Amino acid sequence: MMQVKRPQLSFWEKTYIPQILKGMWLTLKHIPQKKFTRQYPEEKPPLYGEYRGAPTLVKDPQGRVKCVACQLCEFVCPPKAIRVIPGSREPERADANVEKEPDDFIIDMLRCIYCGYCEEVCPEEAIFLKRDFSVSGYKREELQFHKPKLLELGGVHEDSLWKWKYKGAPPPDAPAAPERQPK
Amino acid sequence: MNLEFLLISVLKIAAVIGVTLTIVAYTVLLERWVCAWMQDRLGPNRVGPFGLLQPLADGLKFVFKEDITPLHVNKFYYLIAPMITMVPALLSLAVIPWGSVLPIGERMIPAVIADLNIGILFVFAISSLGVYGIVLAGWSSNSKYPFLGGIRSSAQMISYEVCLGLSVVPVFMQVGALSLGQVVGYQANNMWLIFTQPLAAFIFLVSGFAETNRLPFDLPEAEQELVGGYHTEYSSMKFAMFFLGEYAAMFVVSALTVTLFLGGWSLPFAPFNAPATSLAVGLAHIGVFLAKVFCMLFLFIWVRWTLPRFRFDQLMALGWKVFIPLTILNIFATGVVLVLWGK
Repeated sequence: MMQVKRPQLSFWEKTYIPQILKGMWLTLKHIPQKKFTRQYPEEKPPLYGEYRGAPTLVKDPQGRVKCVACQLCEFVCPPKAIRVIPGSREPERADANVEKEPDDFIIDMLRCIYCGYCEEVCPEEAIFLKRDFSVSGYKREELQFHKPKLLELGGVHEDSLWKWKYKGAPPPDAPAAPERQPK
Repeated sequence: MNLEFLLISVLKIAAVIGVTLTIVAYTVLLERWVCAWMQDRLGPNRVGPFGLLQPLADGLKFVFKEDITPLHVNKFYYLIAPMITMVPALLSLAVIPWGSVLPIGERMIPAVIADLNIGILFVFAISSLGVYGIVLAGWSSNSKYPFLGGIRSSAQMISYEVCLGLSVVPVFMQVGALSLGQVVGYQANNMWLIFTQPLAAFIFLVSGFAETNRLPFDLPEAEQELVGGYHTEYSSMKFAMFFLGEYAAMFVVSALTVTLFLGGWSLPFAPFNAPATSLAVGLAHIGVFLAKVFCMLFLFIWVRWTLPRFRFDQLMALGWKVFIPLTILNIFATGVVLVLWGK
């Protein structure tokens, strides 16, 4: 058995008054200090590193939809949030790269778990998880993101890998294709 | 009792109640601000500039909330309890001198509604009614947490009323009058009583904390144990009445402390050390009084967000075993000093 010796308190310690004053000084000191509140809708929190936000579809630097409707993302998606409706593309169209593209591409943001498997599996680097984290809407329908919305969110992806060359001659203002680095 | 006196009194009552309720509403905002700042947060800043319209939003919210009366309550007492809490707090404002005088033309209007010659006794008589509101609320709610809160508050408020009453006796021994106006006049001529009666001031203030159910003595409404205590079953404006009553009581204790120990409207230099001779100075006196009250309110809030709650036995021990002997000793010592050295 261990006997714990109680500390002998001095007279002032027994009155608690110095401790109370010390505590009050501490709280007073905090009044002018820097505040940690983040005023959320105006001030967004910093997002670090490989933050995974909402999945989006991107275009290549020539403004062509990169997705070729292979549906790998649809198959890999754990919560089955993605639905791709594949379609064909007229080969004469200026923005055509391959013969397939999605007629519609639907991501159910109410089901998406932001796992990033779709980005990982995409052979065309067409789907990216961007940094939008605040996905909200008033109706369920608003949170079914269709192809135009996904392309708008995604924008243009400035990648170094140009898988699909220009059809015919490149437009005069087209950026030059970078040299492939040999491994 | 002529018509003019009646009219001026009614005007003064309207002014005092209006100003008090505004201050009370803004004390709630101040409380939220100070609490936030002490915790390194920003506090309310969304409604109006700097959040200054927050009390208005809070009030509107209370008005539009559903007013629920549970089926198991005693309806009459349930209804009357919030009023009994609110009214005594406002009543005791009648005898507190807000300033010296307001000279308007030839008339010298005293800046107090009624300068009773038994001022402080009136305050104690009225403020001890406040406990009925809480006890009735706890009892009529007919459920366990409000009941426990009511029991605690009756024990606490009755115990600390003794300390409160005894602690101010030396003040009146020294001044030689019970009228609050004369107490302030004495302090304007001599020094503030906090310097001659520091122990009385300290005990009065701590008992005031206990009387107003403020932390560290907020056992009647201890959120963690009693789910809000006596006002658990209340909602909407009835709850708001308790809320306002509590803050109004805080204002009254602050005003009393300022009047009794901090010199009321006076400051130790001209023109604040003698009754006003012009309207501007009279209003400045009221300003000084309100500034002091504001400091006291800040102290109340400051203490609340610093100290943890007392245990119930500690609370009782502090009241009965420490403060009551100390106040009696203080009365005795003051008597000895007065007899030996005279006035």
